[in-house]
Amino acid sequence: MQGRWTRVVRTPLGLTATVLVVAVVALAVLGPVLWGSGAGAVDTDAILAPPSAEHLAGTDNLGRDILLRVLVATRLSIVLALLAITIAVVCGLVLGSAPFVLGRRSGRLLAAGVNIAVAFPGLLLALFFAVVFGVGATGAVLAIGLAGAPAFARLTQTLVAGVVARDYVAAAQAMGIGRLRILVRHVLPNIAEPLVVNATIGAGSALLSFTGLSFLGLGVQSPSYDWGRLLYDGIATIYVNAAAALVPGAAVLLAGLAFNLFGESVAKGLGVPAGIGLGAVVPGRRAVPVDAPAPAGRTAAADRPSDVVLDVRDLEVTVPGPAGPVRPVRGVSFDVRRGEAIGIVGESGSGKSMTALAITRLLAGRGRVDAARLEFLGQDLLAPDTAVRRRTLGTTLAMVFQDPMTAFNPTRRIGAQLAEVATHHQGMTRRAAAARAVDRLAAVRIPDAPARVRQYPHEFSGGMRQRAMIGMGLMGSPALIVADEPTTALDVTVQQQVLDLLTAIRRADDVALVLISHDVTVVGEVCDRILVMYAGRIVEDLPAADLVTAARHPYTRALVDAVPDMTTDLAEPLATIPGRPVDPADVPRGCAYADRCPLAGARCRAEDPPLVAGPDGPPGHRVACWHAGEPLPAPAGRDYDELVESP
Amino acid sequence: MSELRFDDVTVRYGRTAAVDGVSLAVPPGAVVGLVGESGSGKSTLARAAVGLAPIAGGRITLGGVPVPARGRSRPLQMVFQDPYSSLDPRMTVGASVAEAMPPGGSRADRRAEVERLLELVHLNPACAGAVPARLSGGQRQRVALARALAARPRVIVADEITSALDVSVQGAVLNLVRELQRELGLSMLFISHNLAVVRYVASHVAVMRRGRLVEQGPAARVLTEPGHEYTRELLAAVPGRTTRRSRP
Ligand SMILES: Nc1ncnc2c1ncn2[C@@H]1O[C@H](COP(=O)(O)OP(=O)(O)OP(=O)(O)O)[C@@H](O)[C@H]1O
Ligand code: SF4
Ligand SMILES: [Mg+2]
Repeated sequence: MQGRWTRVVRTPLGLTATVLVVAVVALAVLGPVLWGSGAGAVDTDAILAPPSAEHLAGTDNLGRDILLRVLVATRLSIVLALLAITIAVVCGLVLGSAPFVLGRRSGRLLAAGVNIAVAFPGLLLALFFAVVFGVGATGAVLAIGLAGAPAFARLTQTLVAGVVARDYVAAAQAMGIGRLRILVRHVLPNIAEPLVVNATIGAGSALLSFTGLSFLGLGVQSPSYDWGRLLYDGIATIYVNAAAALVPGAAVLLAGLAFNLFGESVAKGLGVPAGIGLGAVVPGRRAVPVDAPAPAGRTAAADRPSDVVLDVRDLEVTVPGPAGPVRPVRGVSFDVRRGEAIGIVGESGSGKSMTALAITRLLAGRGRVDAARLEFLGQDLLAPDTAVRRRTLGTTLAMVFQDPMTAFNPTRRIGAQLAEVATHHQGMTRRAAAARAVDRLAAVRIPDAPARVRQYPHEFSGGMRQRAMIGMGLMGSPALIVADEPTTALDVTVQQQVLDLLTAIRRADDVALVLISHDVTVVGEVCDRILVMYAGRIVEDLPAADLVTAARHPYTRALVDAVPDMTTDLAEPLATIPGRPVDPADVPRGCAYADRCPLAGARCRAEDPPLVAGPDGPPGHRVACWHAGEPLPAPAGRDYDELVESP
Repeated sequence: MSELRFDDVTVRYGRTAAVDGVSLAVPPGAVVGLVGESGSGKSTLARAAVGLAPIAGGRITLGGVPVPARGRSRPLQMVFQDPYSSLDPRMTVGASVAEAMPPGGSRADRRAEVERLLELVHLNPACAGAVPARLSGGQRQRVALARALAARPRVIVADEITSALDVSVQGAVLNLVRELQRELGLSMLFISHNLAVVRYVASHVAVMRRGRLVEQGPAARVLTEPGHEYTRELLAAVPGRTTRRSRP
C-alpha cells in the first residue's frame, strides 16, 4: 500500500501536483488567519489603484488589497468546492449503489434515470438548480453538488457492477448476509480507491464550476467573497486594473489544475496494468552473470541457435513481503524454441505464475525482476520501455490468464475489447479491428462470432471466455503464448477443446507455448518438455514422454503418483505429499524439498543440489537432486492422518 | 438427516433455459457427482440451490421443506470454482472465515474455530491475518472451503472445488471430502469436470448436457457401463495415463 503511494509522489508530475495541493490546502487553513484583517481594510485614498509596491495586484473599488483578498478567498473557494464534491459523491454513491441494494427491477429504472441525467450538460443543471434554490452560496453548492451526482452515480454503478460479479459477493449472499451489509462490508471498500481518486479530480472541476457560477453572479454574494466573486468584480474594472481579474483567475486555474493533476497521478500510480505490454518491469541485472558470459549485442544473438524465442537465464523475482523482501522465483533458467511447447508444473506458490508474469512483463510495480538474461526474439526484456517496443511486444507476445473474467472488463462488449488491442498496438482502423475481432473469435471456434462480438463477458460461458481471451492474444501474430492455468476451471470436453485449440494454433503458425498448470496430466499431454518447479526453482526438466515412466526427482514422482485416474483404488486414501510447500519468505538451506522428501539425507539439508543432466541420462533431462532416480521407500507418505486437524 | 431434492427445476436466463426440468436427489450422507460440458447448467443448478439463481419452475427442498433463501441460517453452503474471485480482497482470511460462522461465542472461541478450520484444510493457522492477495490460487481455494465448513452446513454444494488445487492438495481435499462425508454424514453435490475425481468421491453420478440430465445412477455403473452416448464421449475425453501410456 505504502509503496504504491510513494510511487505517486516519485513522478515529477505527481510531486508537483502534491506540492501544489498541499500549498493550496495550507493557504486555505492559514490565509484568513494571517491576512483576514488586511484584506478587509478599506483605504479610501487608494481606490482602484493599479499594481504598486504596496498593493502588488492593486486595489478594488473600496481600496482593499486584491492580492490579500485572493489569498484569503482560498478558504471559502476550497471549502465550497469540497462541500459540493462531497454532495456529488454522497448522492452519486446512493444512486449508484441503489440498483444493487434494491434488486433488479427498480434498480434498472434508477439506472436509466441516472443515464439520462448524465446526458445533461452539467452547467445547465447547475443553472437550473441555482434558479430553484435561489441565488447564493447555499444554492450554488447544492446546484454544483447535485449536478455532479449523476456522473458519480454512473461511476459507482460501473464499479459496483464489477465487484458484484465476483464470487465473494455471491458467497456472502449464500451465507444469508443482507445486501446493505454486503454493500458496506464487501463492495464499498473495494471501490473506495477509484472513487476517492475521481472525487479529487472532481474537486478541481467543482472549483472551476463554482467560479463560473460566482462569476455569473449566481454564486457567492458580497460581503462574502470567493475567487469567482473577485473575478466578477475584477472583470468590471479590467480596463483600469487588469491584475484585479488576472490574479483571482490564476488562483482558480492553479488550484483547479492542482486537484486535477493530483487525482490523475494518484490514479496512475495506484492503477493496475490495463493490458499486455503496458506494465513496466522494474529492470535490474546481475552484476556478474552466473551462467556463460553473455557477450553484448549482436554477437550474443549470433552464437545462440536462432530459433530460440525466449531465453531466460537466472531469473529472479523479488516481491515486498511483510517482513522484508521475499523471493518467490530464485534462479530459473530455460529457453523456448520456435513452435515448442513447454509445460511448467508445480504446487501452488512454487512461483509458476510469478515466472510467467516476469517474462510477460506484467508484474508491473508489484515486484523486481532480475536476470542474467531475459530475451524475447532477441530483444532484451529488461531494457527500459519504449513505445515501439511496447507495440511489438503487444503483438508478438500473448498471455492467457487463469481467470478470464478479471481479464475482461465486465461492462464492455467482447468485440470492442478485442478490437482495442488492434487499434492500440497495431494502429488498425476501428473498422478493420472490428472485422479482425470477428475473424479471431471464429478462429478460436466461437460459434456465430459476428453476433457474439456484441455480447458482454458474462454472457459467455467459462470455456468461451477462455477461448475469447486466446482470441485476444491472437489479434496480433504472436510468436509466444504464455498460458497460466488456461483450463483450470473448464470441464473435460472444453478443456480438451481449448488444449486442442492451443495445439492447432501452435502447429499452424509455429507459435511457441509456455503452458503453466498444476495438472500434470494436462501438461504431459500437450507439451514437448516439462519443467517441474518447487520453491522458486526448477527441480527437473524432462521430455514429456518420460514424465510417468522416467521421472528422476522424488518430487516429480510424488506429483505423478498423487493424481487419481480412472483405475485408482477406491478403498485407499489418495497419495498426498506430506507437509506444506515451502514459504518463500523462509526457504531452508540445502534442498528446499528436504522436509518432505523420503530420500533426504545429511547432504540434502546442507547443500542445494544444482540442476544438471545426469551422468548416464540423456542431455535433455536435467535434475536437481542428490539422490535422483533412487528407489523411493514404501509409500509412508500416504498418511491419512495428515488431513485430520492437528491436536 | 435431510435429503436435498431438485424436483423438475427450471432456471431461465432471458429466453434460454439454463436448467431445464432437472430432477435430482442428494440422499443424506451421500456425495453426488455432477458432470457435464461447460455451459450445460451445472453451476446454474448449484447457484439455484443456494438462492443465487432465480427458479422459473419446480422446487428445491431440503428434508422436505424449501431451502431457506432468506435469513441468517443457511443449511446449504456453496464453495465456488474461482479462487480468484471468491474471496474479498480487502478482508483477511480469518475475517472471511469468521463471517460465515454462526453468530455467538466468545472472541477467543471464534478465533480458535477459525484456526481449527484452517488446519482442517491444510493451511497454516497463521494465515488468518493475511489478505488473499498474499496467497496463491490453491491456498485461496482452501480458505473458501474452510469458510463453507464454518457455516456448519447440512449439505455442501461444491462447484469445481478441486480444479484449481495442486494435485497433492487435491488428493488431501478429496480424502477430506470422503472423511467429512463418512464421519459427519455431510452430504454433498460435487460438481467437477474431472471424471477421475468424481469417480473417487461420489457414490452417485449425474450427467448434464444443455440444461438436462441425460443420465444418473450409481457411480460404479455410470462410469463403467455408460448408458448415454454423451457419457461415453466424456469418458473418452479424460486426459490421463491411458492415453499417455499408449504413446510411443
Ligand atoms: N503480491 C504479492 N505479494 C507478496 N507475495 C506474493 C504476491 N503474489 C504472490 N506472492 C507469493 O509468491 C509465491 C509464488 O506465487 P505464484 O503465484 O507464482 O505461485 P503459483 O506457482 O503460480 O501458484 P498457483 O498454482 O497457486 O497459481 C507465493 O508464496 C505467494 O504467496
Ligand atoms: S536433494 Fe535430497 S532432499 Fe532434495 S529431493 Fe533430492 S533426495 Fe530429496
Ligand atoms: Mg498461478
